[in-house]
Amino acid sequence: MNKPIRAVSIFCMFLFLALMANVTYLQFFRSDDYNTDPRNARVAAAAFSRERGLIQVGDNAIARSEPVDDQYKYLRVYPQKELYAPVTGYLQLGSQTGIERSQNKVLSGEDPRLFVNRLVDLLKGDTNQGGNVSLTLNPKAQRAAYRALRDTVGPDGEGSVVAIEPKTGRILAMVSFPTYDPNQLASHDRETRENAYDRLDSNKHQPLLNRAIQTRLFPGSTFKVVTAAAAIDAGVYDQDSQVPSGATWQAPGTSGSHNVIDNEGRSGCSPTTISFAAAMENSCNTAFAKMAVKVGPEKLRDTAEAFGFNTDYLQDLGPQAQSVFPKSVVDTIDGKQQDPRELNDAETARSGFGQFSVQATPLQMAMVVSAIANRGGLMKPYLVDEIQTASFDVLETTEPEKLRDAIKPQTAAALTDLLVSTVDDGTASPAAIDGVSVAGKTGTAQRGVEGKPPYGWFVSFAPAQNAQVAVAVMIQEAPGKEIAGGQLGGPIAKAVMEAVLNK
Amino acid sequence: MASNSALMGFVHRRRRGAELFLLVLALVVGIGAYAAVGLGVDGEVPTNLIGYGGWLTILVVAAHVAVRIVAPYADPVLLPVVAALNGLGLAVIHRLDLAKDTALASQQLTWMTLGVVLFVGTLIILPDHRLLARFTYTSGLTAIVLLILPMLPGIGRTINGAKIWIALGPFSFQPGEVAKVLLVITFAGYLVVHRDALALAGRRVVFIDLPRGRDLGPILMMWAVSLGILVLQRDLGSSLLFFGLFLVMLYVATERPGWLVVGGLLFFGGATAAFKLFSHVQSRVDIWLDPFADPDGSGYQLVQALYGFAWGGMVGRGLGEGMPEKVPYAESDFILAAIGEELGLTAVMAILLLYGLVVERALRAALISRDGFGKLVATGLAAVFALQIFVVIGGVTRLIPLTGLTTPFLSYGGSSLVANWVIIAILLRISDQARRPLPDLTEAEDDPDEQATQIVKVVPS
Repeated sequence: MNKPIRAVSIFCMFLFLALMANVTYLQFFRSDDYNTDPRNARVAAAAFSRERGLIQVGDNAIARSEPVDDQYKYLRVYPQKELYAPVTGYLQLGSQTGIERSQNKVLSGEDPRLFVNRLVDLLKGDTNQGGNVSLTLNPKAQRAAYRALRDTVGPDGEGSVVAIEPKTGRILAMVSFPTYDPNQLASHDRETRENAYDRLDSNKHQPLLNRAIQTRLFPGSTFKVVTAAAAIDAGVYDQDSQVPSGATWQAPGTSGSHNVIDNEGRSGCSPTTISFAAAMENSCNTAFAKMAVKVGPEKLRDTAEAFGFNTDYLQDLGPQAQSVFPKSVVDTIDGKQQDPRELNDAETARSGFGQFSVQATPLQMAMVVSAIANRGGLMKPYLVDEIQTASFDVLETTEPEKLRDAIKPQTAAALTDLLVSTVDDGTASPAAIDGVSVAGKTGTAQRGVEGKPPYGWFVSFAPAQNAQVAVAVMIQEAPGKEIAGGQLGGPIAKAVMEAVLNK
Repeated sequence: MASNSALMGFVHRRRRGAELFLLVLALVVGIGAYAAVGLGVDGEVPTNLIGYGGWLTILVVAAHVAVRIVAPYADPVLLPVVAALNGLGLAVIHRLDLAKDTALASQQLTWMTLGVVLFVGTLIILPDHRLLARFTYTSGLTAIVLLILPMLPGIGRTINGAKIWIALGPFSFQPGEVAKVLLVITFAGYLVVHRDALALAGRRVVFIDLPRGRDLGPILMMWAVSLGILVLQRDLGSSLLFFGLFLVMLYVATERPGWLVVGGLLFFGGATAAFKLFSHVQSRVDIWLDPFADPDGSGYQLVQALYGFAWGGMVGRGLGEGMPEKVPYAESDFILAAIGEELGLTAVMAILLLYGLVVERALRAALISRDGFGKLVATGLAAVFALQIFVVIGGVTRLIPLTGLTTPFLSYGGSSLVANWVIIAILLRISDQARRPLPDLTEAEDDPDEQATQIVKVVPS
């Protein structure tokens, strides 16, 4: 019987060889596929159980990993709670938002720039530590912006503040209100986490939204800065020109009282022609509507796009809503969509003071004034200043990058003069700072819904001739308060500028 | 062959010292893994390490002493290999206990104790494996009764869709594991008696010599009945195992490869029929073909096992550093996924080699065994072992469709562990008989009457 027994032995050997080959295939050749499968809970849990790098503002950690005695070993802690929540975002098992998401590779230690450190950790037998991310935010400006906005709009209000350093594009403050405590969302206790999320997600004020980059609204009168820039840049007017104005204007090609543009009672706009400075100081809708029609929709769009409308520019945080200057209009006649056409005069006129279909995020409006403050040069906005190893060795510093010259330097200088006089002698006076020349513009945008209060805007920069900070304030809701751009937004912008200028 | 070795004066050495040395290595594996689990999960050596390690040592030493006394010529490799596997299995079950807050490892240690007691008991009450041949029909009948038991109302239990359990008071028990051993004895006992008739008498059909019905009939019946029961119980793994076992033993007994052809055809026929008839077979095949079609539903277990294996990679995450508890039933059928995740491809290969060694040693015992019954029993047990390993490990690594079977010595499960210890005892007994030197013939040489007669050791009564 030994011959068949030998045959059986060989058969068994093949069975084992097949098992060995298959296991080798599975654990060696296929392992990378499975180990990068996002459905694999081990991948997420491993990242979640690692000591993640810090997110820092100045010398302070605004997000850090604290050792805890549970299965995930480290708990993500946000010591400043609400203050930086829209920027940092929060960390959960398998998902992140904000900087936690955009810088996940660095923070988790997977970034190739941390390769050498990973190797050293491995050799020393240490567990892999994530790298640190240092932000451009100015803690004083951030706190000033948050407090001023919160105190202005009240607990049921909504708004946002963005401050940029015009010469570099560094984002100095980014506030969205209402906000949330990321510690609850990062909790390892499932119930705490889910209750917090459900409560925030169902809140009608949308605290999870980062309004600075995700909410776009009619910019209203703050957009007049863009219209003025287009007019001066194209040589239609200069800052000393007399511009057509008037108490009311029936938009060209229209009829009916709802198409009459007025100045909401600002009598300084009523003469047939007024100085460019007066038009800006009084924020004359009629003057800028006529100016927009004279400049034409193409030039207006070109200028808006040069400032960043209709494009994405922020890489460090997402998702970012694109600000809009309408590219075309699609009419519907008898239920049928027509071919896209250029804006007609009435539409251009309303676009000229930030209505019709023009929409902007607070970050976009901060960039508009920031470019003017930087002699027309639009810098790419950024939040991540430095990437560091866990032991704070700098691996990479973000270099400021100029996106483009949005307008000519002389146009920027002329606009600066106009905006300074708007603060000194016009509607933007609440932002004036003693001893500093401030340039600013208010905005009050009708939301196009009857009976609802308007949005309030305020944009400014200071010092006017050597700007260190450009600010945009957006007030979406301020229950119980009269939203007239300058009154609410001006003091907030002032507080932020003072914080940056150490006033 | 036996006479040849006697002529050449070749005598197998006992090698008990080598066995003891290997057993120390096996204990290092088992106790070391247990300590590593504590260090990996809690950051400290388990407090009961001394007690646990001491108990494991006592069991292993007891088994060794028993072998030294009652089976001194037994194969020296088998016991250390299974001791290492059992010890490693206990450590991994303990690891999963810590993750899932269960206490299966201590139960498994109790089962191991019972297994070693039965191992020693088998070696003592079975001084010669040929004693088993007396129970050819008794054990066959017992096997069938055991297989039917789970279907009886009252004591039968359905766990996870398979009616393969019986409940006796607080204990649940898988009679199939014992039936497996009994059927090997039955097949061997029957085939060794009827092998000539099966091989020579009969009619030739096409290219195969079919034996006479009266020769093959009884054993065929027994086989068909046990297979039928298992199919009714939806125990795919065991059905496959018993079918393959019978085929191998028939082939070895008759020395006719034609049986393999017939068996192979029958297997494909049966498998096709099962696929067409039973929805649970179809779903197993579907999961095998594409486990990711429903990764959170029917494919969940296999998908998690695959992730686990991949997560382990070459050297594994380290005990306590993976998430083996993600795989449902990681402590039983899927224990290899837990090992693959935390100890890596290296450990899985080592385990496959250990299993390979068990099979090789069993087949070696079959080769050198001096009697047909011993050869058949050893081959049968080797085949059961090899097929079971192939079916379960092939299943969890997605080489073949998944069928439920335990991983011998590693998986949690008392019936399986105890039955496997008895299998090893029988294999040791056969190898002891095979390696034992022949009785001295020199005295008989002068007596011409004795010369023609070969001395054969008498089966003790």
